[in-house]
Amino acid sequence: MISLAGRDILHSWGKFVFTGVGLGLLIGATLTMAGVYRGMVDDARVLLDNSGADIWVVQKDTLGPYAEPSSLRDDAYRALLGMPGVARAANVTYLNMQVQRGGGNAGDVRVMVVGFEPGQPGEPAYLVAGRQITRSHYEAVADVRTGFKLGERIRIRRHEYEVVGLTRRMVSSGGDPMVFIPLRDAQEAQFLKDNDAIVNERARTAANPALNRPGVPGLLEAIQASQTTSRSVNAVLVQVRAGQDAEAVAAPIRRWKHLEAYTRAQMEEILVAKLIATSAKQISMFLAILAVVSAAIVAFIIYTMTLGKIREIAVLKLIGTRSRTIAGMILQQALGLGFIGFVVGKISSALWAPFFPKYVLLLPADAVRSFAAVMIICAIASTLAIRAALRVDPATAIGG
Amino acid sequence: MDGFGIRIEGLRKRYGTGDTAVDALKEVNMTVAPGEVVGLIGPSGSGKTTLLKCLGAVIEPTAGRMTLGDEVIYDDGWKISDLKALRRDRIGFVFQAPYLIPFLDVTDNIALLPMLAGRPNGAARARAQELLEALDVAHRARAEPSQLSGGEQQRVAIARALANQPPVILADEPTAPLDSERALAVIRILNRMARQYHTAVIVVTHDEKIIPTFKRIYHIRDGVTHEEAGEGREV
Repeated sequence: MISLAGRDILHSWGKFVFTGVGLGLLIGATLTMAGVYRGMVDDARVLLDNSGADIWVVQKDTLGPYAEPSSLRDDAYRALLGMPGVARAANVTYLNMQVQRGGGNAGDVRVMVVGFEPGQPGEPAYLVAGRQITRSHYEAVADVRTGFKLGERIRIRRHEYEVVGLTRRMVSSGGDPMVFIPLRDAQEAQFLKDNDAIVNERARTAANPALNRPGVPGLLEAIQASQTTSRSVNAVLVQVRAGQDAEAVAAPIRRWKHLEAYTRAQMEEILVAKLIATSAKQISMFLAILAVVSAAIVAFIIYTMTLGKIREIAVLKLIGTRSRTIAGMILQQALGLGFIGFVVGKISSALWAPFFPKYVLLLPADAVRSFAAVMIICAIASTLAIRAALRVDPATAIGG
Repeated sequence: MDGFGIRIEGLRKRYGTGDTAVDALKEVNMTVAPGEVVGLIGPSGSGKTTLLKCLGAVIEPTAGRMTLGDEVIYDDGWKISDLKALRRDRIGFVFQAPYLIPFLDVTDNIALLPMLAGRPNGAARARAQELLEALDVAHRARAEPSQLSGGEQQRVAIARALANQPPVILADEPTAPLDSERALAVIRILNRMARQYHTAVIVVTHDEKIIPTFKRIYHIRDGVTHEEAGEGREV
């Protein structure tokens, strides 16, 4: 038996291909939206993987350090090192900010500045160029998405840093690329005030009779000294000993240290289920709307094409063509259009995904699911045209 | 084929009911033998199209009997169950315009009917080729309908009507858009095909050019047919 749908597609292939390309771009946008969501989830997982931690210890009653602000004293890690099952513990700071390039004349870049202790958890897991930080101050390792080059000088608050290494896939939960600097520098950048504010604060402290007591020599100086140093960090990253259960190590920390301790699974829950939940819902809405729009377009196109063939359909019915053959022709055309659209959409999404500022992860499983969804949408969309075709009276082929 | 190609006795068709009922066909009697071509003529509104639709098993008559070859199609309210299969296998249609399927080539336009009837593709295409040769359009076998002249398209349409070797062909104004020469050529072909394939052909027409070619003519007026002898002029 001749494939009526196939012959019709071959006969008017230009119309089909151009329509399919148009539909494909829409499907490409849909696939990309799904890829953006997957990218966010993957970024979150990579962020956790690359931190090298088994437990995140943060300020009590907070979801820090990624989802909420968290502040701990930077000596808390010493106490944690004494807890059962803890192998390593290290301070880290996280701060989203604008970093100026080349002394401020070449624009700025939105980044997450990470303060870490070299050789400890929190250090960038691997480099794609350059070296790790070896000096105590003013060196930085940047994610390649910052656009920084090796040897480039960047300005963070009051100091300039030299980019000595480049890493990749190190982005915050918000998608900002990371810049790693020594912990002390990061603490200063995060918590230390500028010179004018320090002078002002010293004057205020000196004017406070409770803090400036003539009978207590050295008190004022000690207070002022404490105001110009930062002893806070955002989190302590803990690695547990081999064979230890992370939850079993985290529980005593919560109980005895008056801190919050999250295991890897709990932190992933915070990042994926809480932090990006709203974005996921937003994307889901877009996906739903795009699916409806795609269905409407396919329905409209197939319906219009069918109306253009009413006379031929009447002749086919008159000469005894079964309804299922005519319905099959329209259904196959809708599916053919969907197939062309999916192929174009898959190719186009793969082509433009690298140009997105955030990581777009196109999973093969998502492609398979999308293909099934496109086919189902096309099949449903063709029902309108099939209904119109089956209503055609074969008598219309006979004049009079 | 023995007996009749098509035989109609006391066929009636009423549209609507009650006061608004219209009797489109009041008394139609008609007999066409295999190999015979008859004309069906009548003024507008006389019931020609309704009769054609009844003969084509597109609408059902209200009463009367219709026999196709040796098979009863309608008999006073009774009808055979599969009218689609009947139209596909037992009735050939030729329209005023060829109405070929634009996305099938000439061969497949003809072969489609045998394929729909369940014949293998090879046999269906062989049948199409045989008809194309009989109608002198074999050289256009791979062409698309849009590449054919009007006369060629009409010949392909006749070939399609013959594809399943139906006992009857219904031709609805087949020469209307053609000039005299081409119109007579179509009638010549229909006569030749009717004889060659023992098919009864009913030609509905207004065309004064071809009316003298029929040996028998059925006039229809106000839903009633009257048979008369035609000139039977050779074409």
